[in-house]
Amino acid sequence: MKVMAQMSMVMNLDKCIGCHTCSVTCKQAWTNRTGMEYVWFNNVETRPGLGYPRTYQDQEKWQGGWKLTKRGRLTLKAGGRWKKLASIFFNPKLPDIHDYYEPWTYEYDMLLNAPAQEHTPVAKPKSLLTGKDMKISWSANWDDDLGGSTATMQQDPVLQHMSSHVAEELEKTFMFYLPRICEHCLNPSCVASCPSGAMYKRAEDGIVLVDQDQCRGWRMCVTGCPYKKVYFNHKTGKAEKCTLCYPRIEVGLPTVCSETCVGRLRYLGLVLYDADRVGEAAATEDEQDLLAAQRSVLLDPHDPEVVAAARREGIPDDWIDAAQRSPVWRLISDYEVALPLHPEYRTLPMVWYIPPLSPVVDVVTSSGNDGEDGRTLFAAISQLRIPLDYLAGLFTAGDTAPVERVLRRLAAMRSFMRDVNLGREPVEETASAVGMTGDEVQEMYRLLAIAKYEERYVIPTAHAEVADDLEEMACSLDFEGGPGMGGQGMDGAGPFGSSSGQPTPVAVENFHALSSRQTADSPYGPSTPGRVNLLNWDGNGRPDGLFPPDEPGSDAPREAS
Amino acid sequence: MELSAAEILLWIVVPYACLTTFVVGTIWRYRYDKFGWTTRSSELYEKRLLRLGSPLFHFGLLAVIAGHFVGLVIPESWTHAVGVTEAAYHFLATWLGTLGALLLVSGLVILVYRRRSTGPVFLATTRTDKFMYVMLAASILSGTWATVHTQILAGGFGYDYRQTISPWFRSLFLLQPEPALMVGVPLAFAVHVTLAMLLFAVWPFTRLVHAFSAPVTYPLRPYIVYRSRDAATGGGTRAPRPGWEPSTARRKQR
Ligand code: SF4
Ligand code: SF4
Repeated sequence: MKVMAQMSMVMNLDKCIGCHTCSVTCKQAWTNRTGMEYVWFNNVETRPGLGYPRTYQDQEKWQGGWKLTKRGRLTLKAGGRWKKLASIFFNPKLPDIHDYYEPWTYEYDMLLNAPAQEHTPVAKPKSLLTGKDMKISWSANWDDDLGGSTATMQQDPVLQHMSSHVAEELEKTFMFYLPRICEHCLNPSCVASCPSGAMYKRAEDGIVLVDQDQCRGWRMCVTGCPYKKVYFNHKTGKAEKCTLCYPRIEVGLPTVCSETCVGRLRYLGLVLYDADRVGEAAATEDEQDLLAAQRSVLLDPHDPEVVAAARREGIPDDWIDAAQRSPVWRLISDYEVALPLHPEYRTLPMVWYIPPLSPVVDVVTSSGNDGEDGRTLFAAISQLRIPLDYLAGLFTAGDTAPVERVLRRLAAMRSFMRDVNLGREPVEETASAVGMTGDEVQEMYRLLAIAKYEERYVIPTAHAEVADDLEEMACSLDFEGGPGMGGQGMDGAGPFGSSSGQPTPVAVENFHALSSRQTADSPYGPSTPGRVNLLNWDGNGRPDGLFPPDEPGSDAPREAS
Repeated sequence: MELSAAEILLWIVVPYACLTTFVVGTIWRYRYDKFGWTTRSSELYEKRLLRLGSPLFHFGLLAVIAGHFVGLVIPESWTHAVGVTEAAYHFLATWLGTLGALLLVSGLVILVYRRRSTGPVFLATTRTDKFMYVMLAASILSGTWATVHTQILAGGFGYDYRQTISPWFRSLFLLQPEPALMVGVPLAFAVHVTLAMLLFAVWPFTRLVHAFSAPVTYPLRPYIVYRSRDAATGGGTRAPRPGWEPSTARRKQR
C-alpha cells in the first residue's frame, strides 16, 4: 500500500443555479489573456446539451482517455507512445477553434467616436483571431438553459447512448447545470499523453500541472484528456490547464470558483488513496464496475492501518487530520451520495458530483403532487427513467442503480427534514428505508444544506512549500529578467516577443497587479503615475501622489490637524 | 594555391562564425528562454491544409537530413569499401534525394500558402517567422536547384561533391579547414552551402529550435509522471537557508 493524498472536489448539482459566476471569476483570475480568449478552465454547461467544446464526450470521435486492449491492459485511446510519435507533425484528433468557439470582442469604440448620424451607432462583433467582422454562431454556453436546443440537443453524446427518446420540447424535457473544471484525475491521460514529460501530478496533493518551461506545444494532452480540460494557448504555443488554484490551496484558501460560487455548492478536501492500486482499478474490465473500483482505491482515513501507512509515506499529521475531516470523503464514502463524472474514461477523475434530484421534484410538483413527500418521490424516482438514464450516462457508465440509490437518499433527506422543520416527529423509517439513521440524515443535511464555510472547505496548508514561498518573497524581484534585475517587469517582453522569456513568479505578478491597481486611474487602463484613484486604493501602502511630498528640511512629525 | 580573401571569408570565416552562433545561441536561448521554446503550432486555427502540408514537409525534411548525413559525413572511401559503386551511389543519392526534395518542397509550398491565406495563421506570424521562412525556403530551393542542375541534368555521374564539399565540411569539424577544396565548386552548391550556413546562424533565434525538442525519450518513461512540489518550485532558486528546516514530507516519493 502506497498512501498518497489528493485534493479533490465535490459539487452538489441540486444547488447550481447556472449563474456562471464561477466561470467568470475563474476567467478573470486565470485566462483573461491573449491566446486564452476561448479558454474556460471552469465552464458551466446545460445538460442535455453539447457541452464545451462541442460533443467532447463523444470519445469515439475525440479519442480521449484510456481504453483496454484485447489482453485487458490499459492504453491510451488515441494510441500509445509510438503512434503518438508517428503523428507528431499533425495531431489528427485535436479539436480546432470552431469546436470551442471563435472568440470575439465588440467594436466599443464606435459607440463613443461615431460621428453624429441618424441611426444609433452599434458595436459590431470583431473576431479576436482575425480582427475582422464576424457572425457569432457559437460560444462556450450557446445552448445555455436549453436555448436553441431543439436544433442541437439530439447531438448530445450522452443522449445518443441512451435507448429512450428524450423530447426536445421545453415543456416535456428536463434540465440541469453541470459545472466542470479539470478533474485532477488519479490516472491522468493528459500526463500520459505528453511526449515532453512536461505535465505532472504533484506528489503532495495530486494537482495536475503543466510545466510551462518544458512544454513544447505538441498538443497531445489536449487529445488525451477526455474532458477536454487542457487548452492550447495559441499565443504562447503552450498547453495550459486548471491549476486547482494551487497558490490559494497551498495557503489554505479554496479555489476561486469555490469561493465565489453563489450556490455554495462546492466542497474541497483531501482524500487518501492507494497509489499502487490505481492502475489495477482503472483496468477494471466492466465499465459499470469502475465506480466501485475507484471507491475501493480511496482509503479510510480513520483506519489506524491507513494512518500508519500514511505516516510512513511522510504525510504530515495535520494532513491526515484534514483527510479525516474531509467533506469530500464524507460525501463519497460515508453518505455515498457523490459520483464521479464519466468513470468509463478510466482516468479516475477526482471532481465528484451529487446528482440533482430537481428533475424529479420538478415533475412531481408540476403534476400537482407533494414534492417533499418521501413516498411520492421514491415512486417518481423509479418511474422517471429518462432523467435517471441520463444521469447514469454521466456518472455511472449507464448503471442506473447507484444513481437511483443517491436520489433516494436525497429524497429521504428532503422528507425527513421537512418533518423536523415543521416540528413533527421525524419518521425514522424514512431514513432506514435508504440505509441511514435519522442522525446520519441530519448530519448529511447539515453538510449539504447548511453547508458552513469551514465544513465545505477543509484545506491543510502546504508544508515544504512554505520554504519556497519564503524564498520567492525574499528574492522575488531579482529573478532573471525581473524588475529587480533591471529587466522589463511584468508587462515587458522577453527576447522573442511578449510570449517569450521566463514566466513571472506568482508572487511578483500579484505584487505588480496590486501596486498597479492601487495606483491606477481605471481598473483596466494603464496607470498614470502621480494620480491615485481613491476608489481603487485598498488602504494599504503609500501610493505616489496620494499625499503631498514631504517638505525638505521638515523632519518633525506632522501634527494631526 | 593562393586563396583570395573572398574565398577565405566564404569557406572559413563565415562557416565558423555561423556554427559558433548556432551553438552558443542555442545554449543561450535554452538557458534564458525555455518559455519561448515551442513549436508554436497553428493547428488550432486551421487543420485541412496542415494535415497534408506538415507531414509532407517534416517527413521530407527527415529524408533530406538523412541524405545529407550520408553525403557529407560518410567519406567516399568508406562506401567504396563496403562495395557501393559510384554508379549505385549516384543513382540512389540522386533519386532518393530528389524524392525527399519533392516532398519537402511541396510541403513547404502548402505551408507557406496556408500561412498567407488563412487569416488567423497569417496574423499569428511574427516578423521573425517571416524572416525564418525566407531563409528556410532559400536553403531548400537552392539545394533542390543544385541537385537538379548538377546531378540530374548534368549527365554521367553528375558533380561529385564527395570529392570537394564533403571533405571540406568534415575538415571544418576537425579544426583543420581546407578551403582550397571549395575552389571551383559549381555556383549552385556554393550558394546552397552559404545559405545553409546562414540558416544555421539564425536557427537559435527562431522557432526552428523546436527541432531540438524531438521527444525521443517519450517511449522510455512511465506514462504517469509524479513530481514533488519541492522539486518543481525549488529548482533554480537558492538552497533553503540554514536555521530553517523545510519539512521533508513526501520528498522520498519520486
Ligand atoms: S481532467 Fe484534468 S487531470 Fe484528468 S485527464 Fe483531463 S486535464 Fe488531465
Ligand atoms: S457559481 Fe455556483 S451556482 Fe453559479 S454556475 Fe457556478 S457552480 Fe453553479
